[in-house]
Amino acid sequence: MTDQKDTPAFIEVRSLSKHFGDFVAVDSVNLQINKGELFSILGGSGCGKTTLLRMLAGFEVPTSGQIFLDGVDVTNQPPYERPVNMMFQSYAIFPHMSVEKNIAYGLQKDRLPKSEIDERVQDMLRLVQMESFASRKPGQLSGGQRQRVALARALVKNPKVLLLDEPLAALDKKLREHTQFELMNIQDKLGITFIVVTHDQEEAMILSTRIAVMENGRFEQIGRPKEVYEFPKNRFVADFIGTINMFEGVLQGVRNGKVIVASDECGSSLNVICDDPPTPGSDVCVAVRPEKIYISQNRPDNSEDTCLPGIIEDLGYFGNISLYRIRLETGKIVQVSAQNRQRTIDRTLEWDDEIFISWRPRSAVLLTK
Amino acid sequence: MKANSRFIISMLSFGYAFLYIPLISVVIYSFNDSRLATVWGGFSTRWYGELLRNEQVTSALFLSLKVGISAATLATLFGTMAGMALARFGRFRSRNLFTGLVMSPMVMPEVITGLALLLLFVSLQQLTGWPGQRGFGTITIAHTTFSMAYVAIIVQSRLAAMDESLEEAAMDLGGRPFRVMIDITLPLIAPAMLAGWLLAFTLSLDDLVLASFVSGPGGSTLPMLIFSKVKLGVTPDINALATVIMLFVSVGVVVAWRIGLRMQRTND
Repeated sequence: MTDQKDTPAFIEVRSLSKHFGDFVAVDSVNLQINKGELFSILGGSGCGKTTLLRMLAGFEVPTSGQIFLDGVDVTNQPPYERPVNMMFQSYAIFPHMSVEKNIAYGLQKDRLPKSEIDERVQDMLRLVQMESFASRKPGQLSGGQRQRVALARALVKNPKVLLLDEPLAALDKKLREHTQFELMNIQDKLGITFIVVTHDQEEAMILSTRIAVMENGRFEQIGRPKEVYEFPKNRFVADFIGTINMFEGVLQGVRNGKVIVASDECGSSLNVICDDPPTPGSDVCVAVRPEKIYISQNRPDNSEDTCLPGIIEDLGYFGNISLYRIRLETGKIVQVSAQNRQRTIDRTLEWDDEIFISWRPRSAVLLTK
Repeated sequence: MKANSRFIISMLSFGYAFLYIPLISVVIYSFNDSRLATVWGGFSTRWYGELLRNEQVTSALFLSLKVGISAATLATLFGTMAGMALARFGRFRSRNLFTGLVMSPMVMPEVITGLALLLLFVSLQQLTGWPGQRGFGTITIAHTTFSMAYVAIIVQSRLAAMDESLEEAAMDLGGRPFRVMIDITLPLIAPAMLAGWLLAFTLSLDDLVLASFVSGPGGSTLPMLIFSKVKLGVTPDINALATVIMLFVSVGVVVAWRIGLRMQRTND
C-alpha cells in the first residue's frame, strides 16, 4: 500500500522462510501490517499460510528471516513470551475446565490479582455474549459457543496481535455470515490487529482491510479486497479470487489508449484499457468477470465495446442471479451472470438461443503474468 | 434363520462354558465344607477363615499387594514418561529403536526376561553387594520393567488422540512448557494413567514366572505360594485363595475398562 508508507509497520516480516526437509513451506516472504488492520492470508491448502501463522505465533522456528512486532525482534521468542495470541482452528478449548476457567487461564499465567482476573473475564464474557454460560463445561457448548469462548480466551490478555486460524470454517453457513460481522465489530471495538488465515475467499473479502493471496509459499498479491478482485496482478490471483473468463492472446498494438489483443480463443481482437501496456508481440491474457458481461438478443450498437456472438449452452437460476454458460463460435465457453431484476416466471433467454455478449473496455483486465 | 440363531447361541454357550465352568467350580468348591477338594461336603466359609489364620498365606498376599502397588506406581511413572516421549517429541533420532526397546518386554518370553534379570541381580550382588536378599525389591523391579510397556502404550495412544493444539493454546496463553504439562497434559491423560496403573497392578498380581526367577528364599508372592501348594495336592483353602485373587483381578479389569470407556467418550 503506497498511501501508508509514512507510518512504520506494526508487524514486519523480513524474507521469512520455513523449510521442512526438502519441502519449502514458506519461501522468503516479506510483509508489512499496520496497527489495527484486519489482515487476511488467503490460499488453498498446502500454500504455507498456516506455517506462516504458526511462525508468527512462535510454534515454528523460521529457517531464515526475521519477524518484528512493534519494533521488537520476536523471531526467537517462544510462544509464551510473545504479546500475540491465537485462536485455533479446532478452538482448542481445555475440555477439563469451565468456560470461565478457560478464559482466565492466560491471566492466571501472568499472576494477576484475582479481582482483576474476575473482572476481565466478566468483561470478555459480556463482549462475546456468553455471560450465562460461565460455569459450563466445553462439552455442553455448541460449535458457535465454543468459537466465542476461544475468541474470548485469545482476546482477554489484550494481545498486540490476534492470530485467527480459519476462524469460521467449523461453523455452518448462516452462523458464519452472522459471526463474520460480529468479528469485525469486536475488532473495531478493541482496535487489536487481526491476522486471519483462511481458504475461504468470500470470508477474506468481507472481513479484511487487506488480503495477501498466497501460493507455493509466496505472496502472489497483497492488496485491499477491491484491488485483488478488480485489479488482479496475475492469472493465478484472477482465477483464485472469484470466477473469471480468460482469453489468451498476443498483444498487437496500442491505439487511442486502448490495447488491442488478437485472441484465437474468441476469434476476434479484444480492446482493453491498460495504463502500462507491455511491448507488442508479447503473450497476454484478457480477463473479464462474469458480472461485467452483458447479454443481449440483438447486437449492441456501441462500437467501443467488445462484442461476441454465442449460443447459450447452459443456464442456472439462483434466485437473485442467473448464470449462463455461453459457447462462442470458436468453442470457448464464457461464463456470464445477470441480476434477475424483473419478477417473472417466463424466461426471456432459453437454451440454444443465439445471443451476443459484450463488455465495456474498462471492464476487462490485461494480465501479463 | 431360527435354526441358524439356535446354532449360534449353542456355540456361544459352549464357548462361555469352556471358559468359565472351571473358574466357577473353583468358586463353588471354595465354599465346600469337606477336607477333600473334589468331594462336596456341604456349604461353609471356613476355608476363608482358615486363610486369614494361615500366616504363610497372609504374608504372601501382603507381599503381592506391596509389590503390585509399588510396581504399578513405578511402571505408571516410567511408562507415562516413555509414552509422552513417543507421542510428543516428534521424530527424534533413534525413535524407532526407542519404541522397540520400550515395547520389547511385552513380546519377550517371560522365562527369558526372568532369567536375564536373575543373572543381572546375581552379578550385581557380586559386584556391589546389592541386592543383599532377593525378594520385594527385585520382584518390584522385574514387574516394573514389563508392565511399563503397557502403560506407555495406553498413555501414548491417549496422547495421540488428544488435540495437540490444546497444549499449544496453553503455551500461547503464557504457560511455560512444564506448567502446560501440569495444567493441561496431565489432567487430560490422568484417566489413561489410572487405567495403566490398574493394568500394571493386575499384571503384577498375576505373575508367577518372573517372580519365581527373581525372588529369593522367604519372598513368596501369592501365585508362587499357590503353585508350590498345588504341587502337594489341591486343598480347599487354595480354592478360597483363588477366588479372592479372581475378585481382585476382575475388579481391577472392570474399573480399568470403565475408565477406558469414559476416556473415549470425552474424546468424542
